[in-house]
Amino acid sequence: MTTETVQRQQEVTYLEAISQALDEEMTRDERVFLMGEDIGAYGGAFKITEGFLQKYGEWRVLDTPLAESGFVGAAIGAALMGLRPVVEMQFADFISCAFDQITEVAAKNHYRWGAAVPMVIRAPFGGGVHGGPFHSECPEGWFFHSPGLKIVAPSTPYDAKGLLKAAIRDPNPVLYFEHKFLYRRIKAVLPSEDYIVPIGKADVKRAGNDISVITYSAMVHLALEAAQVLAKEDIDMEVVDLRTLIPLDKETIYGSVRKTSKAILLHEDNKTGGIGAEIAALLAEECFDYLDGPILRIAPPDTPVPFSTPLEEYFHPKTSDIVSAARKLAAY
Amino acid sequence: MYTSYGMEAIAIGYASALERDDVIAPFHRDMGAFLIRGFTPGEILAQYLGKRTGPSKGKDGNVHMGDLNRGVISFVSHLADNLPVATGIALAFKIRGERRVTFTGTGDGGTSRGDFHEAMNFAAVRKLPVVFFCNNNQYAYSTPQRLQMAIHDVADRAKAYGMPGEIVDGNDVAAVYLASTRAIARARAGEGPTFLEFKTMRMHGHSEHDPAKYVPRELLEEWKKKDPILKAEQLLNQLGYGADAYFHEIGERVKKEVEAGLEFAEQSPLPEGPEVLEGVFAEEAGSY
Repeated sequence: MTTETVQRQQEVTYLEAISQALDEEMTRDERVFLMGEDIGAYGGAFKITEGFLQKYGEWRVLDTPLAESGFVGAAIGAALMGLRPVVEMQFADFISCAFDQITEVAAKNHYRWGAAVPMVIRAPFGGGVHGGPFHSECPEGWFFHSPGLKIVAPSTPYDAKGLLKAAIRDPNPVLYFEHKFLYRRIKAVLPSEDYIVPIGKADVKRAGNDISVITYSAMVHLALEAAQVLAKEDIDMEVVDLRTLIPLDKETIYGSVRKTSKAILLHEDNKTGGIGAEIAALLAEECFDYLDGPILRIAPPDTPVPFSTPLEEYFHPKTSDIVSAARKLAAY
Repeated sequence: MYTSYGMEAIAIGYASALERDDVIAPFHRDMGAFLIRGFTPGEILAQYLGKRTGPSKGKDGNVHMGDLNRGVISFVSHLADNLPVATGIALAFKIRGERRVTFTGTGDGGTSRGDFHEAMNFAAVRKLPVVFFCNNNQYAYSTPQRLQMAIHDVADRAKAYGMPGEIVDGNDVAAVYLASTRAIARARAGEGPTFLEFKTMRMHGHSEHDPAKYVPRELLEEWKKKDPILKAEQLLNQLGYGADAYFHEIGERVKKEVEAGLEFAEQSPLPEGPEVLEGVFAEEAGSY
């Protein structure tokens, strides 16, 4: 970890923003501690917690055995006792090993017997990094369907830091999906003072009047690129960054679509049963009278995430897909 | 409905050995532990009837009761799921430097789950103040132990994690109490987890709907002679703590308490339908 004072006046990466949020929350609140594989001496697979072991010691930066279900369950227990565990999944793909603890124990706990589980699971997700079927997944859809979990997926360093702080301060289990492709690719200057980004609030990253693209995480940047291309054709696209998937900011989604009358749902998780499907259904139920064209979804095919470059490139949504969809909708 | 017939000594024995601020994550045949922790017959019966006055306010049923203020973690049907949770509770005690202990367990079947192994391993690696037990009642629903594992004593599993494993007569409340006391003292002293195998027999079916015809009658006859309540009464009698009249008096008192509890539960209101929507998310977190 570089020194905070220097870093704050400079641009920080998305990865550094996450690291800062953890560091600041651990300093602010001694109940906050970290658990995960290789997060101590090694500093984590992506070096998010580099230097933390020296600063906070082995009981607050806890290297765990390779057993996701076991350490997520342990985090639940620690949270019940009043601590604030932040668990790192080495890759979001491995979260499937802890699926039962997350969906059956953490998610249902407060509902069943009134005991809150204030816990965060950080999950580095997403592709475009040649990770193949086990290091590229977007598993948020599995949890989107499980009542009792909050889910966030930031797209910028500002949101990454603010949402992680909000997640740590939230009394519920929060799944924090951080995008590996964004880690070192985007930078921003962040406020020097403490701030949070509230869970449950979407953010219009680009205002526009003609078509709404509703998306989250890395795909936000793709949508912003497409909006620039379309601007030259006089198609004014609005980019709604959901930031939080549960609870969904329906007000912002509906507000945008009622204004533009056209909606594209864009995500990196595969298409069937994805978040786009749910939002499409909501728009059909709540915004039908405002719609001037079909609700379109842009998402990868229903396949595992492939390894080889041409396969992965074919798999992922591209700027040109959004441009084509927008042109199609503009014709209505 | 899951009962404790023939296995009563286990929960009574271990729960009696704990201090008030220790935490338990009980097995589903541990009704005695709930009673020791202060759950009243009225609350418990209200829970079973789905009443609003039950600990889960109708959101969950059966033995799925918990209360942080009484240090009881609610049971999860997925057997062994609460073992990692209990390990995390012990981790919290260790992080905070508290001399408190967690006590948790599962059945012979539950020791086949990965969560059992992941919890045992993590607890041993970090020397956490947790005691694990196995209620080895020889059957997981209809599956006998020989189809569950290739070992004779579940306690042998402890070796693989570098923790002591002890075989205990699960029908002897004094033996359960003493073994638990030793394991708790060890955990409290920072020496790490212990695994206790309480050998017993499930005298009824898996659940009360199950006639358990798959259990040989002679096996049940054999274990009937080892009934833990009779055994406890004999022991207390020998030691001069009470005779039949005293046990009869306790029985009458308990019957009255349970009848009063049943009346409370029956008269308690059911939840209203829309209450289904309450409590999915917490507004604030608790602690213990």
